[in-house]
Amino acid sequence: MRSRPPHTARITGVADTAIGSLPGSTAMGLHAQAANAALADAGLTAGDLDGVLCGYSMTMPHLMLSSVFCEYFGISPRFTAAVQVGGATACIMLAQAAALVESGACRHVLCVTGDNRLTGMSRDGAVAALASVGHPEFEQPYGMSVPAAYALVASAYMDRFGITRDELSAFAVAARAHAARHPKASKTDPLTLAEVSQSRVIASPLRLLDCCLISDGAAALIVSAADAARDTRNAVRLLGSGQAHTHEHILAAPSLTDFGCATSSALAFAQAGVTTADIDLAEIYDSFTITLLIELESIGFFTRGEAGKAALSGAISPGGRLPVNTHGGLMSYGHSGAAGGAFHIVEAVHQLRNEAADRQVPDAGLAFVHGDGGILSAHCSLVLGKD
Amino acid sequence: MPLPIPQSNADSRPYWEAAQTGRLLIQSCTQCGQIQAVPRGLCGHCHGDALEWQESSRKGSIVAVSTVHRAPNADFRDAAPYVLALVELAEGSRLMLNVIGKGRMEAAIGDAVEIVFEPRGDTAFKMPQAKRRLADADL
Repeated sequence: MRSRPPHTARITGVADTAIGSLPGSTAMGLHAQAANAALADAGLTAGDLDGVLCGYSMTMPHLMLSSVFCEYFGISPRFTAAVQVGGATACIMLAQAAALVESGACRHVLCVTGDNRLTGMSRDGAVAALASVGHPEFEQPYGMSVPAAYALVASAYMDRFGITRDELSAFAVAARAHAARHPKASKTDPLTLAEVSQSRVIASPLRLLDCCLISDGAAALIVSAADAARDTRNAVRLLGSGQAHTHEHILAAPSLTDFGCATSSALAFAQAGVTTADIDLAEIYDSFTITLLIELESIGFFTRGEAGKAALSGAISPGGRLPVNTHGGLMSYGHSGAAGGAFHIVEAVHQLRNEAADRQVPDAGLAFVHGDGGILSAHCSLVLGKD
Repeated sequence: MPLPIPQSNADSRPYWEAAQTGRLLIQSCTQCGQIQAVPRGLCGHCHGDALEWQESSRKGSIVAVSTVHRAPNADFRDAAPYVLALVELAEGSRLMLNVIGKGRMEAAIGDAVEIVFEPRGDTAFKMPQAKRRLADADL
Protein backbone atom coordinates (compact mmCIF):
# COMPACT_ATOMS: atom_id res chain seq x y z
CA MET A 1 0.00 0.00 0.00
CA ARG A 2 1.38 3.41 -1.01
CA SER A 3 2.30 5.35 2.13
CA ARG A 4 0.81 8.80 2.43
CA PRO A 5 2.08 11.79 4.40
CA PRO A 6 0.38 12.29 7.77
CA HIS A 7 -2.64 14.57 7.99
CA THR A 8 -2.12 17.92 9.72
CA ALA A 9 -5.71 19.27 9.56
CA ARG A 10 -7.64 19.91 12.74
CA ILE A 11 -11.39 19.65 13.32
CA THR A 12 -11.93 22.89 15.19
CA GLY A 13 -15.71 23.16 15.46
CA VAL A 14 -18.65 20.76 15.41
CA ALA A 15 -22.36 21.15 16.02
CA ASP A 16 -25.69 19.62 15.20
CA THR A 17 -29.14 21.16 15.44
CA ALA A 18 -32.17 19.67 17.17
CA ILE A 19 -32.98 16.33 15.49
CA GLY A 20 -36.36 14.77 14.75
CA SER A 21 -39.63 16.41 13.75
CA LEU A 22 -38.96 20.14 13.32
CA PRO A 23 -42.11 21.67 11.80
CA GLY A 24 -41.43 25.01 10.15
CA SER A 25 -37.78 24.19 9.48
CA THR A 26 -36.24 24.61 6.03
CA ALA A 27 -33.22 22.91 4.52
CA MET A 28 -31.23 26.16 4.27
CA GLY A 29 -32.39 27.39 7.68
CA LEU A 30 -31.12 24.17 9.26
CA HIS A 31 -27.81 24.51 7.40
CA ALA A 32 -27.42 28.05 8.72
CA GLN A 33 -28.26 27.07 12.30
CA ALA A 34 -25.67 24.30 12.25
CA ALA A 35 -23.06 26.58 10.65
CA ASN A 36 -23.52 29.27 13.29
CA ALA A 37 -23.35 26.72 16.08
CA ALA A 38 -20.15 25.18 14.69
CA LEU A 39 -18.56 28.64 14.37
CA ALA A 40 -19.46 29.38 17.99
CA ASP A 41 -18.06 25.99 19.01
CA ALA A 42 -14.77 26.81 17.29
CA GLY A 43 -14.61 30.38 18.57
CA LEU A 44 -14.54 31.65 14.96
CA THR A 45 -16.75 34.03 13.01
CA ALA A 46 -18.19 33.68 9.51
CA GLY A 47 -15.53 36.06 8.23
CA ASP A 48 -12.83 33.53 9.17
CA LEU A 49 -14.21 30.96 6.69
CA ASP A 50 -12.57 30.80 3.28
CA GLY A 51 -13.96 27.46 2.12
CA VAL A 52 -17.45 25.91 2.19
CA LEU A 53 -18.48 22.36 1.35
CA CYS A 54 -22.17 21.35 1.28
CA GLY A 55 -23.88 18.02 0.75
CA TYR A 56 -27.32 17.61 -0.83
CA SER A 57 -30.93 18.05 0.18
CA MET A 58 -33.97 16.00 -0.90
CA THR A 59 -36.43 18.77 -0.03
CA MET A 60 -34.35 21.30 -1.93
CA PRO A 61 -32.64 19.54 -4.82
CA HIS A 62 -30.35 21.99 -6.60
CA LEU A 63 -27.55 22.03 -9.17
CA MET A 64 -25.49 24.41 -7.01
CA LEU A 65 -26.44 23.76 -3.41
CA SER A 66 -23.24 25.18 -1.93
CA SER A 67 -23.68 28.45 -3.85
CA VAL A 68 -27.28 28.59 -2.64
CA PHE A 69 -26.10 28.08 0.93
CA CYS A 70 -23.34 30.71 0.71
CA GLU A 71 -25.83 33.25 -0.60
CA TYR A 72 -28.38 32.33 2.11
CA PHE A 73 -25.79 32.45 4.89
CA GLY A 74 -24.24 35.62 3.51
CA ILE A 75 -20.64 34.67 2.80
CA SER A 76 -18.38 34.80 -0.26
CA PRO A 77 -15.75 32.10 0.21
CA ARG A 78 -12.68 31.57 -1.97
CA PHE A 79 -13.70 27.94 -2.52
CA THR A 80 -17.06 26.18 -2.50
CA ALA A 81 -18.52 22.95 -3.90
CA ALA A 82 -21.24 20.44 -3.12
CA VAL A 83 -20.40 16.82 -2.42
CA GLN A 84 -22.90 14.03 -3.17
CA VAL A 85 -21.85 10.57 -2.10
CA GLY A 86 -24.92 9.45 -0.15
CA GLY A 87 -24.20 8.39 3.40
CA ALA A 88 -20.45 8.77 2.83
CA THR A 89 -20.90 12.49 2.11
CA ALA A 90 -20.02 13.83 5.56
CA CYS A 91 -16.83 11.78 5.94
CA ILE A 92 -15.79 12.63 2.37
CA MET A 93 -16.49 16.35 2.95
CA LEU A 94 -14.23 16.19 5.99
CA ALA A 95 -11.47 14.42 4.06
CA GLN A 96 -11.84 16.93 1.20
CA ALA A 97 -11.74 19.87 3.62
CA ALA A 98 -8.53 18.41 5.08
CA ALA A 99 -7.03 18.29 1.59
CA LEU A 100 -7.99 21.94 1.07
CA VAL A 101 -6.34 23.18 4.27
CA GLU A 102 -3.32 20.89 3.95
CA SER A 103 -2.65 22.11 0.40
CA GLY A 104 -2.78 25.72 1.54
CA ALA A 105 -5.83 26.50 -0.59
CA CYS A 106 -7.90 27.35 2.51
CA ARG A 107 -7.42 28.02 6.23
CA HIS A 108 -10.89 27.34 7.67
CA VAL A 109 -13.36 25.18 5.72
CA LEU A 110 -16.99 24.85 6.77
CA CYS A 111 -18.61 21.48 5.97
CA VAL A 112 -22.35 21.80 6.41
CA THR A 113 -25.24 19.51 5.59
CA GLY A 114 -28.86 19.05 6.61
CA ASP A 115 -32.36 18.35 5.44
CA ASN A 116 -35.95 18.73 6.63
CA ARG A 117 -36.87 15.43 5.01
CA LEU A 118 -39.33 14.41 7.74
CA THR A 119 -41.62 17.45 7.83
CA GLY A 120 -40.61 18.94 4.45
CA MET A 121 -41.85 15.93 2.49
CA SER A 122 -44.02 12.93 3.35
CA ARG A 123 -42.45 9.74 4.68
CA ASP A 124 -43.64 8.06 1.47
CA GLY A 125 -41.97 10.84 -0.51
CA ALA A 126 -38.69 10.30 1.32
CA VAL A 127 -38.80 6.52 0.79
CA ALA A 128 -39.54 7.04 -2.93
CA ALA A 129 -36.78 9.65 -3.34
CA LEU A 130 -34.22 7.38 -1.67
CA ALA A 131 -35.17 4.50 -3.99
CA SER A 132 -33.81 6.58 -6.87
CA VAL A 133 -30.34 5.25 -6.01
CA GLY A 134 -31.59 2.11 -7.77
CA HIS A 135 -30.77 1.74 -11.47
CA PRO A 136 -33.58 3.40 -13.47
CA GLU A 137 -33.82 0.52 -15.97
CA PHE A 138 -32.38 -2.53 -14.23
CA GLU A 139 -33.41 -2.09 -10.57
CA GLN A 140 -36.19 0.46 -10.04
CA PRO A 141 -38.67 -1.23 -12.46
CA TYR A 142 -38.41 -4.34 -10.26
CA GLY A 143 -39.56 -2.48 -7.14
CA MET A 144 -36.21 -2.05 -5.40
CA SER A 145 -36.29 0.18 -2.32
CA VAL A 146 -33.18 1.00 -0.29
CA PRO A 147 -34.31 -1.35 2.52
CA ALA A 148 -34.96 -4.07 -0.10
CA ALA A 149 -31.44 -3.67 -1.53
CA TYR A 150 -29.91 -3.98 1.94
CA ALA A 151 -32.27 -6.91 2.55
CA LEU A 152 -30.73 -8.65 -0.47
CA VAL A 153 -27.29 -8.12 1.03
CA ALA A 154 -28.56 -9.34 4.41
CA SER A 155 -29.96 -12.51 2.81
CA ALA A 156 -26.61 -13.31 1.19
CA TYR A 157 -24.63 -12.52 4.34
CA MET A 158 -26.93 -14.49 6.65
CA ASP A 159 -26.88 -17.43 4.25
CA ARG A 160 -23.07 -17.49 4.13
CA PHE A 161 -22.27 -16.81 7.78
CA GLY A 162 -25.32 -18.23 9.58
CA ILE A 163 -26.27 -14.97 11.31
CA THR A 164 -29.36 -15.35 13.52
CA ARG A 165 -32.34 -13.02 13.85
CA ASP A 166 -31.36 -12.05 17.42
CA GLU A 167 -27.82 -11.21 16.30
CA LEU A 168 -29.22 -8.64 13.86
CA SER A 169 -31.63 -7.29 16.50
CA ALA A 170 -28.77 -6.81 18.95
CA PHE A 171 -27.46 -3.86 16.91
CA ALA A 172 -30.77 -1.97 17.21
CA VAL A 173 -30.94 -2.73 20.93
CA ALA A 174 -27.37 -1.51 21.53
CA ALA A 175 -28.07 1.70 19.58
CA ARG A 176 -31.10 2.39 21.75
CA ALA A 177 -29.10 1.84 24.96
CA HIS A 178 -26.60 4.47 23.79
CA ALA A 179 -29.35 6.88 22.67
CA ALA A 180 -30.94 6.71 26.14
CA ARG A 181 -27.84 8.57 27.42
CA HIS A 182 -28.05 11.38 24.85
CA PRO A 183 -30.45 14.25 25.62
CA LYS A 184 -31.00 15.03 21.91
CA ALA A 185 -31.64 11.48 20.66
CA SER A 186 -34.95 10.84 18.84
CA LYS A 187 -35.67 7.40 20.31
CA THR A 188 -34.79 6.71 23.95
CA ASP A 189 -37.39 4.19 25.17
CA PRO A 190 -35.78 0.88 26.15
CA LEU A 191 -35.89 -1.67 23.33
CA THR A 192 -35.80 -5.47 23.58
CA LEU A 193 -34.54 -8.09 21.14
CA ALA A 194 -38.09 -9.44 20.86
CA GLU A 195 -39.50 -6.02 19.92
CA VAL A 196 -37.01 -5.74 17.07
CA SER A 197 -37.43 -9.34 15.94
CA GLN A 198 -41.23 -9.05 15.95
CA SER A 199 -41.55 -5.61 14.34
CA ARG A 200 -43.29 -5.64 10.97
CA VAL A 201 -41.41 -6.88 7.93
CA ILE A 202 -40.26 -4.15 5.55
CA ALA A 203 -38.29 -6.35 3.17
CA SER A 204 -37.36 -9.77 4.54
CA PRO A 205 -35.18 -10.39 6.48
CA LEU A 206 -35.23 -6.71 7.51
CA ARG A 207 -37.96 -5.45 9.82
CA LEU A 208 -39.02 -1.95 10.79
CA LEU A 209 -36.66 -1.74 13.77
CA ASP A 210 -33.71 -2.90 11.64
CA CYS A 211 -34.08 0.39 9.74
CA CYS A 212 -32.81 3.91 10.40
CA LEU A 213 -35.10 6.84 11.19
CA ILE A 214 -36.10 9.71 8.90
CA SER A 215 -35.43 13.01 10.68
CA ASP A 216 -35.12 16.73 10.20
CA GLY A 217 -31.75 18.08 11.28
CA ALA A 218 -28.39 19.43 10.24
CA ALA A 219 -24.77 19.30 11.28
CA ALA A 220 -21.66 21.34 10.57
CA LEU A 221 -17.94 20.76 10.98
CA ILE A 222 -15.09 23.22 10.65
CA VAL A 223 -11.75 21.94 9.41
CA SER A 224 -8.73 24.20 9.89
CA ALA A 225 -5.10 24.30 8.87
CA ALA A 226 -2.77 23.31 11.72
CA ASP A 227 -1.46 26.85 12.31
CA ALA A 228 -4.92 28.42 11.93
CA ALA A 229 -6.26 25.98 14.52
CA ARG A 230 -4.21 27.69 17.23
CA ASP A 231 -6.86 30.42 17.41
CA THR A 232 -9.66 27.96 18.13
CA ARG A 233 -11.12 26.59 21.32
CA ASN A 234 -10.62 22.85 21.38
CA ALA A 235 -9.25 21.12 18.29
CA VAL A 236 -9.27 17.43 17.43
CA ARG A 237 -6.84 15.84 14.97
CA LEU A 238 -7.61 14.01 11.77
CA LEU A 239 -5.03 11.19 11.84
CA GLY A 240 -6.13 8.97 8.99
CA SER A 241 -8.57 8.86 6.11
CA GLY A 242 -9.35 6.43 3.33
CA GLN A 243 -11.96 5.84 0.68
CA ALA A 244 -13.13 2.99 -1.52
CA HIS A 245 -15.66 3.11 -4.34
CA THR A 246 -16.59 -0.24 -5.85
CA HIS A 247 -20.03 0.26 -7.46
CA GLU A 248 -23.21 2.29 -7.21
CA HIS A 249 -25.91 -0.30 -7.94
CA ILE A 250 -26.07 -3.44 -5.81
CA LEU A 251 -26.64 -5.30 -9.09
CA ALA A 252 -23.06 -4.38 -10.01
CA ALA A 253 -21.37 -4.94 -6.63
CA PRO A 254 -18.21 -7.06 -7.06
CA SER A 255 -19.31 -9.20 -4.09
CA LEU A 256 -22.40 -9.47 -1.87
CA THR A 257 -20.33 -10.23 1.23
CA ASP A 258 -17.08 -8.23 0.78
CA PHE A 259 -17.34 -4.46 0.53
CA GLY A 260 -15.11 -1.40 0.15
CA CYS A 261 -15.06 -0.62 3.89
CA ALA A 262 -12.22 -3.15 4.25
CA THR A 263 -10.04 -1.08 1.89
CA SER A 264 -11.08 2.38 3.11
CA SER A 265 -10.46 1.49 6.75
CA ALA A 266 -7.10 -0.16 5.99
CA LEU A 267 -6.00 3.08 4.29
CA ALA A 268 -7.15 5.18 7.25
CA PHE A 269 -5.50 2.92 9.84
CA ALA A 270 -2.23 2.80 7.88
CA GLN A 271 -2.08 6.57 7.55
CA ALA A 272 -2.81 7.01 11.26
CA GLY A 273 -0.31 4.30 12.19
CA VAL A 274 -2.82 2.52 14.42
CA THR A 275 -4.84 -0.70 14.37
CA THR A 276 -8.37 -1.66 15.37
CA ALA A 277 -7.02 -2.67 18.80
CA ASP A 278 -5.99 0.93 19.52
CA ILE A 279 -9.47 2.38 18.90
CA ASP A 280 -11.47 3.48 21.97
CA LEU A 281 -14.84 4.03 20.27
CA ALA A 282 -16.33 3.70 16.82
CA GLU A 283 -19.01 5.80 15.10
CA ILE A 284 -20.07 3.73 12.09
CA TYR A 285 -22.78 4.33 9.51
CA ASP A 286 -25.74 2.21 10.54
CA SER A 287 -28.52 2.73 8.00
CA PHE A 288 -29.68 -0.79 8.88
CA THR A 289 -28.62 -3.37 11.47
CA ILE A 290 -27.01 -5.41 8.69
CA THR A 291 -24.98 -2.39 7.53
CA LEU A 292 -23.32 -2.05 10.90
CA LEU A 293 -22.77 -5.79 11.29
CA ILE A 294 -21.04 -6.10 7.92
CA GLU A 295 -18.94 -2.97 8.42
CA LEU A 296 -17.75 -3.99 11.90
CA GLU A 297 -16.57 -7.30 10.46
CA SER A 298 -15.11 -5.97 7.19
CA ILE A 299 -13.22 -3.23 9.02
CA GLY A 300 -11.75 -5.86 11.31
CA PHE A 301 -13.20 -5.00 14.70
CA PHE A 302 -14.67 -8.51 14.81
CA THR A 303 -13.94 -11.64 12.81
CA ARG A 304 -16.38 -12.83 10.14
CA GLY A 305 -19.59 -14.15 11.60
CA GLU A 306 -18.76 -12.87 15.10
CA ALA A 307 -20.02 -9.26 15.26
CA GLY A 308 -23.61 -10.32 15.94
CA LYS A 309 -22.55 -12.59 18.78
CA ALA A 310 -20.39 -9.78 20.17
CA ALA A 311 -23.30 -7.33 19.98
CA LEU A 312 -25.51 -9.84 21.81
CA SER A 313 -22.90 -10.10 24.56
CA GLY A 314 -22.84 -6.30 25.02
CA ALA A 315 -19.46 -5.65 23.37
CA ILE A 316 -20.67 -2.55 21.48
CA SER A 317 -23.09 -1.30 24.17
CA PRO A 318 -22.32 1.36 26.81
CA GLY A 319 -19.39 0.06 28.87
CA GLY A 320 -18.59 -2.64 26.29
CA ARG A 321 -15.21 -3.54 24.84
CA LEU A 322 -15.82 -1.23 21.82
CA PRO A 323 -18.66 1.25 22.33
CA VAL A 324 -20.22 1.83 18.89
CA ASN A 325 -22.45 4.76 17.94
CA THR A 326 -22.43 6.31 21.40
CA HIS A 327 -25.08 8.88 20.36
CA GLY A 328 -27.53 6.19 19.21
CA GLY A 329 -26.66 6.27 15.51
CA LEU A 330 -29.04 6.48 12.58
CA MET A 331 -31.45 3.98 14.15
CA SER A 332 -32.06 5.85 17.43
CA TYR A 333 -30.37 9.27 17.36
CA GLY A 334 -31.68 10.35 13.95
CA HIS A 335 -30.98 10.39 10.22
CA SER A 336 -31.20 13.55 8.12
CA GLY A 337 -29.57 12.42 4.91
CA ALA A 338 -25.99 13.55 4.47
CA ALA A 339 -26.22 15.05 7.97
CA GLY A 340 -26.85 11.56 9.35
CA GLY A 341 -23.24 10.66 8.66
CA ALA A 342 -22.13 13.99 10.11
CA PHE A 343 -23.83 13.18 13.44
CA HIS A 344 -21.31 10.34 13.80
CA ILE A 345 -18.42 12.80 13.39
CA VAL A 346 -19.94 15.32 15.81
CA GLU A 347 -20.28 12.58 18.41
CA ALA A 348 -16.71 11.33 17.90
CA VAL A 349 -15.40 14.87 18.44
CA HIS A 350 -17.52 15.34 21.57
CA GLN A 351 -16.13 12.06 22.95
CA LEU A 352 -12.51 12.99 22.16
CA ARG A 353 -13.01 16.39 23.81
CA ASN A 354 -14.42 14.67 26.90
CA GLU A 355 -17.71 16.56 26.47
CA ALA A 356 -20.05 13.58 26.18
CA ALA A 357 -21.49 13.89 29.72
CA ASP A 358 -23.40 10.76 30.79
CA ARG A 359 -22.26 8.77 27.79
CA GLN A 360 -18.57 9.68 27.95
CA VAL A 361 -16.30 6.77 27.07
CA PRO A 362 -13.55 6.86 29.73
CA ASP A 363 -10.13 7.95 28.41
CA ALA A 364 -11.37 8.27 24.83
CA GLY A 365 -8.22 9.06 22.86
CA LEU A 366 -8.80 7.53 19.42
CA ALA A 367 -12.06 7.32 17.52
CA PHE A 368 -12.87 5.55 14.27
CA VAL A 369 -15.61 7.01 12.05
CA HIS A 370 -17.06 5.46 8.91
CA GLY A 371 -19.61 6.56 6.32
CA ASP A 372 -21.21 4.39 3.62
CA GLY A 373 -23.23 5.69 0.69
CA GLY A 374 -25.59 3.88 -1.67
CA ILE A 375 -25.86 0.14 -1.11
CA LEU A 376 -22.47 -0.33 0.60
CA SER A 377 -21.18 1.43 -2.54
CA ALA A 378 -19.10 4.45 -1.43
CA HIS A 379 -16.97 4.18 1.70
CA CYS A 380 -14.97 6.71 3.69
CA SER A 381 -13.16 5.89 6.93
CA LEU A 382 -11.55 8.34 9.35
CA VAL A 383 -9.34 8.01 12.40
CA LEU A 384 -9.62 10.95 14.79
CA GLY A 385 -7.54 11.67 17.87
CA LYS A 386 -6.98 14.21 20.63
CA ASP A 387 -4.77 17.14 19.61
CA MET B 1 -51.07 2.31 -10.32
CA PRO B 2 -49.52 0.57 -13.34
CA LEU B 3 -46.05 -0.87 -12.87
CA PRO B 4 -43.34 1.22 -14.54
CA ILE B 5 -41.96 0.42 -18.00
CA PRO B 6 -38.18 0.82 -18.31
CA GLN B 7 -37.17 3.74 -20.53
CA SER B 8 -34.28 2.49 -22.63
CA ASN B 9 -31.46 4.57 -24.08
CA ALA B 10 -28.91 4.01 -26.84
CA ASP B 11 -26.79 1.80 -24.56
CA SER B 12 -29.62 -0.46 -23.46
CA ARG B 13 -32.08 -0.49 -26.41
CA PRO B 14 -30.92 -3.84 -27.89
CA TYR B 15 -31.43 -5.53 -24.50
CA TRP B 16 -35.02 -4.37 -24.12
CA GLU B 17 -35.89 -4.89 -27.78
CA ALA B 18 -34.62 -8.48 -27.62
CA ALA B 19 -36.70 -9.05 -24.48
CA GLN B 20 -39.80 -8.16 -26.49
CA THR B 21 -39.03 -11.15 -28.74
CA GLY B 22 -38.32 -13.52 -25.85
CA ARG B 23 -34.54 -13.34 -25.98
CA LEU B 24 -32.20 -12.37 -23.14
CA LEU B 25 -29.06 -10.63 -24.36
CA ILE B 26 -25.79 -10.16 -22.52
CA GLN B 27 -23.23 -7.60 -23.64
CA SER B 28 -19.67 -8.87 -23.97
CA CYS B 29 -16.33 -7.38 -24.93
CA THR B 30 -14.64 -8.67 -28.07
CA GLN B 31 -11.22 -7.57 -26.77
CA CYS B 32 -11.08 -9.04 -23.25
CA GLY B 33 -14.11 -11.34 -23.25
CA GLN B 34 -15.66 -9.76 -20.15
CA ILE B 35 -19.47 -9.82 -19.96
CA GLN B 36 -21.54 -7.10 -18.31
CA ALA B 37 -25.14 -7.15 -17.11
CA VAL B 38 -25.89 -3.45 -17.45
CA PRO B 39 -25.31 -2.43 -21.10
CA ARG B 40 -22.83 0.39 -21.65
CA GLY B 41 -20.97 2.17 -24.41
CA LEU B 42 -17.71 0.58 -23.32
CA CYS B 43 -16.34 -2.42 -21.49
CA GLY B 44 -16.22 -1.78 -17.73
CA HIS B 45 -13.20 -4.07 -17.48
CA CYS B 46 -10.74 -3.09 -20.27
CA HIS B 47 -12.54 0.15 -21.28
CA GLY B 48 -12.51 -0.77 -24.96
CA ASP B 49 -15.55 -0.03 -27.08
CA ALA B 50 -15.71 -3.17 -29.25
CA LEU B 51 -18.76 -4.82 -27.73
CA GLU B 52 -21.12 -7.47 -28.97
CA TRP B 53 -24.33 -9.10 -27.80
CA GLN B 54 -24.63 -12.78 -27.00
CA GLU B 55 -27.81 -14.67 -26.24
CA SER B 56 -28.12 -16.02 -22.72
CA SER B 57 -29.11 -19.58 -21.88
CA ARG B 58 -31.73 -17.98 -19.58
CA LYS B 59 -30.64 -20.34 -16.81
CA GLY B 60 -29.38 -19.07 -13.47
CA SER B 61 -29.59 -19.30 -9.71
CA ILE B 62 -30.71 -17.04 -6.88
CA VAL B 63 -27.82 -15.46 -4.96
CA ALA B 64 -29.88 -13.03 -2.83
CA VAL B 65 -33.60 -12.76 -2.17
CA SER B 66 -36.07 -10.60 -0.24
CA THR B 67 -39.83 -10.47 0.02
CA VAL B 68 -40.73 -6.79 -0.18
CA HIS B 69 -43.70 -5.77 1.98
CA ARG B 70 -43.13 -2.00 2.02
CA ALA B 71 -43.16 -0.77 -1.59
CA PRO B 72 -40.79 2.04 -2.59
CA ASN B 73 -43.60 4.07 -4.21
CA ALA B 74 -47.25 4.01 -5.25
CA ASP B 75 -46.48 2.06 -8.45
CA PHE B 76 -45.64 -1.06 -6.47
CA ARG B 77 -48.08 -0.73 -3.56
CA ASP B 78 -50.70 -3.09 -4.99
CA ALA B 79 -48.04 -5.62 -6.00
CA ALA B 80 -46.64 -6.03 -2.45
CA PRO B 81 -45.66 -8.43 -1.11
CA TYR B 82 -43.48 -9.33 -4.07
CA VAL B 83 -40.18 -11.17 -4.34
CA LEU B 84 -37.00 -9.36 -5.35
CA ALA B 85 -33.88 -11.35 -6.16
CA LEU B 86 -30.40 -11.11 -7.52
CA VAL B 87 -29.95 -13.88 -10.06
CA GLU B 88 -26.59 -15.06 -11.30
CA LEU B 89 -26.90 -16.28 -14.88
CA ALA B 90 -25.06 -19.39 -16.02
CA GLU B 91 -22.93 -17.03 -18.15
CA GLY B 92 -21.76 -15.31 -14.93
CA SER B 93 -23.51 -11.94 -14.98
CA ARG B 94 -26.00 -10.82 -12.36
CA LEU B 95 -29.50 -9.39 -12.83
CA MET B 96 -32.04 -7.98 -10.39
CA LEU B 97 -35.41 -9.59 -11.12
CA ASN B 98 -38.68 -10.49 -9.46
CA VAL B 99 -39.27 -14.14 -8.75
CA ILE B 100 -42.70 -14.93 -10.18
CA GLY B 101 -44.88 -17.99 -10.55
CA LYS B 102 -45.23 -21.13 -8.50
CA GLY B 103 -43.33 -21.26 -5.23
CA ARG B 104 -42.17 -17.66 -5.51
CA MET B 105 -42.83 -16.89 -1.82
CA GLU B 106 -40.54 -19.76 -0.83
CA ALA B 107 -37.71 -18.71 -3.13
CA ALA B 108 -34.33 -19.19 -1.47
CA ILE B 109 -30.66 -18.65 -2.17
CA GLY B 110 -29.33 -21.46 -4.35
CA ASP B 111 -32.64 -22.06 -6.14
CA ALA B 112 -32.31 -22.73 -9.86
CA VAL B 113 -34.32 -20.32 -11.97
CA GLU B 114 -35.17 -19.77 -15.59
CA ILE B 115 -35.58 -16.30 -17.08
CA VAL B 116 -39.07 -15.77 -18.48
CA PHE B 117 -40.75 -12.72 -20.01
CA GLU B 118 -43.71 -11.23 -18.15
CA PRO B 119 -45.99 -8.80 -19.99
CA ARG B 120 -46.50 -5.50 -18.19
CA GLY B 121 -48.99 -2.68 -18.74
CA ASP B 122 -51.29 -1.83 -21.66
CA THR B 123 -48.56 -2.48 -24.22
CA ALA B 124 -47.66 -5.88 -22.72
CA PHE B 125 -44.04 -4.74 -22.48
CA LYS B 126 -42.08 -7.90 -21.74
CA MET B 127 -39.99 -7.77 -18.57
CA PRO B 128 -37.31 -10.41 -17.96
CA GLN B 129 -38.26 -12.17 -14.71
CA ALA B 130 -37.16 -15.26 -12.81
CA LYS B 131 -39.20 -18.41 -12.38
CA ARG B 132 -38.08 -21.22 -10.10
CA ARG B 133 -37.21 -24.48 -11.84
CA LEU B 134 -39.11 -26.83 -9.56
CA ALA B 135 -38.83 -30.59 -9.68
CA ASP B 136 -42.61 -30.87 -10.05
CA ALA B 137 -43.70 -31.94 -13.49
CA ASP B 138 -46.62 -29.49 -13.32
CA LEU B 139 -44.44 -26.37 -13.28
